[in-house]
Amino acid sequence: MEFRYLPMTEEDKQEMLKTIGIESTDDLFSDVPPQIRFNGSLNIKEPTSEPQLLQELSSLSKQNVNLKSHASFLGAGVYDHYIPSIVDHVISRSEFYTAYTPYQPEISQGELQAIFEFQTMICELTGMDVANSSMYDGPTALAEAANLSASQTKRNKILVAETVHPESRQVIHSYAKGPGLEVIEIRQKDGVIDLEALRAEIDDQTAGVIVQYPNFFGQIEPLQEVQQLLETEKAMFIVSSNPLALGYLTPPASFGADIVVGDTQVFGIPAQFGGPHCGYFATTKKLMRKVPGRLVGQTTDEEGRRGFVLTLQAREQHIRRDKATSNICSNQALNALASSVAMSSLGKQGIKKMAWLNMQKARYLKKKLEERGIPVVYQGPFFNELVIDLQRPITEINQLLLPKGFIGGFDLGKCYSQLSGHMLIAVTEIRSKEEIDNFVKEVGDIHG
Amino acid sequence: MDKQDFPLIFEHSKYGRTSYSLPELDVPEVDLEDELDDSYIRTEAPELPEVSELQIIRHYTALSTRNHGVDSGFYPLGSCTMKYNPKMNETVARMEGFSHIHPYQEPETVQGAMKMMYDLQTSLAEITGMHQVTLQPAAGAQGEWTGLMMIRAFHEANGDRKRTKVIVPDSAHGTNPASATVAGFDAVTVKSNERGTVDLEDLKRVVGEDTAALMLTNPNTLGLFEENIVEMAAIVHEAGGKLYYDGANLNAIMGYARPGDMGFDVVHLNLHKTFTGPHGGGGPGSGPVGVTEELARFLPKPALVERNGSYVFDDDLPDSIGRVKPYYGNFGINLRAYTYIRTMGAEGLKKISEFAVLNANYMMRRLQTEFDLPYTQHCKHEFVLSGKRQKKLGVRTLDIAKRLLDFGYHPPTIYFPLNVEEALMVEPTETESKETLDGFIDTMIQISNEAKEDPEIVQEAPHTTVVKRMDETTAARKPILRYIKE
Repeated sequence: MEFRYLPMTEEDKQEMLKTIGIESTDDLFSDVPPQIRFNGSLNIKEPTSEPQLLQELSSLSKQNVNLKSHASFLGAGVYDHYIPSIVDHVISRSEFYTAYTPYQPEISQGELQAIFEFQTMICELTGMDVANSSMYDGPTALAEAANLSASQTKRNKILVAETVHPESRQVIHSYAKGPGLEVIEIRQKDGVIDLEALRAEIDDQTAGVIVQYPNFFGQIEPLQEVQQLLETEKAMFIVSSNPLALGYLTPPASFGADIVVGDTQVFGIPAQFGGPHCGYFATTKKLMRKVPGRLVGQTTDEEGRRGFVLTLQAREQHIRRDKATSNICSNQALNALASSVAMSSLGKQGIKKMAWLNMQKARYLKKKLEERGIPVVYQGPFFNELVIDLQRPITEINQLLLPKGFIGGFDLGKCYSQLSGHMLIAVTEIRSKEEIDNFVKEVGDIHG
Repeated sequence: MDKQDFPLIFEHSKYGRTSYSLPELDVPEVDLEDELDDSYIRTEAPELPEVSELQIIRHYTALSTRNHGVDSGFYPLGSCTMKYNPKMNETVARMEGFSHIHPYQEPETVQGAMKMMYDLQTSLAEITGMHQVTLQPAAGAQGEWTGLMMIRAFHEANGDRKRTKVIVPDSAHGTNPASATVAGFDAVTVKSNERGTVDLEDLKRVVGEDTAALMLTNPNTLGLFEENIVEMAAIVHEAGGKLYYDGANLNAIMGYARPGDMGFDVVHLNLHKTFTGPHGGGGPGSGPVGVTEELARFLPKPALVERNGSYVFDDDLPDSIGRVKPYYGNFGINLRAYTYIRTMGAEGLKKISEFAVLNANYMMRRLQTEFDLPYTQHCKHEFVLSGKRQKKLGVRTLDIAKRLLDFGYHPPTIYFPLNVEEALMVEPTETESKETLDGFIDTMIQISNEAKEDPEIVQEAPHTTVVKRMDETTAARKPILRYIKE
């Protein structure tokens, strides 16, 4: 079998062995003790040629119903948005995607500057002073924020609204085990955080309070009231935010948020079965030296030219080792780049228009559903998602919607016992009136 | 902006210029202000750039030319496995049935994707010799933490709460001790011996009934195989601890040895290294974790399993450490790794390691005449030189690295591992030709000669890059982390 990624010829190999002074490459593995040497052949599939493998994987890919073959009303944290064509062209520049972390600034100005611009855009959207170079995804960024609030306040209790994405809450619970934090979930009322329940739980041991804005049900949380509640106890205010919504909504910084995190998947990153997406992490100047992950800073070179470097690295694992408060090493540079291109493409006006379009379409969908007699459960202000009560297993409904050309919504019963038979549906700027009308008709017919 | 400065995207911005193409509103407009309280409606628009599409393309194209990737030139960055990133992987990752599928679609609509994942986790289990693999962790560091949390859960399930310590070698990557801390353990260091491997006597000294685990990279960060691994495994296991394998260096041993056979209980892999991720300028990566049968019940949930010929996500795992990442991991990266494994097969994977190790040894033997080589045995996929000799001439390892930039090379990893003075860590990978290796070796020898004859040319390097050495001290002292419009 020929291997196109391996360039050494037999002649090369012989010359190299001679230089090393050995007979065969096996001699280079003589330090592997015989009892643990692997002498068989790995039991995996045979090497496959490019045309055969492309054909096989293409047919595997076609087994999947996808967001381009069907009109999707599924959101719940991952959204089907407009991706400008230029995004993929930029991230396909191999100087970006085949580079490592920009540790040598003289030959990495492209990446460093792109990240610096990303950090700036995130600061602009969230209203915060500082943003890092990106995190794995929104939920792990949120979990890091929770842990940071505990180490910063030297307190042990994290309060998280039940209206935060269920998988984010699961990740928060997992991350909290290491430092031994107590995570308490605050129940919802009418689709938003129950302020009375929050008031009852918050105390002088509360490190951070976490809400999502807009929340998992698409509702806009009362950030003002939450802020007032935690001010007296000096707990940190952590907001997880869909950055697209911030094109229209007041940024969390205006409500006194200490940390704002979220996922920029909405900007130029395809759903790709849930990852990789791109977390962002923004905070105040006060917490700048506590931020997890990489930061790019502006400086000058020896000749006074502006340039960029990785900075404040004393925070990070490779310097602090066991004293580090986060072990994160990579960031999502390529996806942050995709989001930067998408955000640049939208620009100051486009981002507002896109957020506005989402809100308009969602309101049309809501009106249509209500006209058809399908109860929309929460009636508060919302972004682009809503909850409908269908009183029937959601999986069943989705199976019926599929042949009609629709990917239905999220089964809330999986995560909220009181919401079985409820579906969370999302609508974005790319869903047409016709698709919405037909979707409502089909759901209505099923609902009866 | 100074006129010699390269502009930021914001500096191209002009009021009223647009580059978006959004559908027009095709439903009746409602007044959002009727519904929302004023305090929730943004009053000041975010200062995103107002630029044309061509301006964006020119800006990022120009930025890309100010960046060095594997496709630009040789990138022998030790411990990072900067191998060629196959273009076919990118084609596959962009197939609509993979790139545009939603994690919450009904499982029967995404069986193709789940089959790929299942095949990948099965292949990785075989390659590492482990019982079961999860694809959930986002990157190597998250894999480390995931693995340690499973070890913690294992000890706790045994009612064994005194195991608070994780042992890491002094040559370990910084994520190892950091992951130990984040998982709630105390990191303890074990020394290396004069051969650059773990000192068995010191291991015996630090191991005890408080040992939760030993974290090890094998080959280690010096590129040396831990030849006493069998004894080490016995020492740790006899004390009741577990062995954790950091898969950063798996590229050296595929088809030659498997962590599972060496006695490791948990293994993480860096798919963006060994399995051509790619690196993406710092990520996204992917860090699957494999475990022995004994630890399988602690794996993160959901687990991907096959039942009656179809694939399902199983959430009913009472002993699981829980979820470590949303959805099912970095599917897009996993798909690229799968494409690569299918391209290479068992025969190809073994050849990868054979040539990765041959290339490193060839370079090491040719360079050891000019540079100090602290450990002289055969290396695996990488080796560490010391710039001690050049330092005496006033030329530091940092200078050598910067001088390499003038010749179009990305320098080796420098000042790591910490236990080698003026370290230069070289990892050529298997995808480079002999001509490329020779070219780099000749350049290194030339720089060594320059250090003797004309040290200033090295000390003042780089001379040809778009910027010169950066003032990192000021960057850290007076941080400017975002652009502010003047």
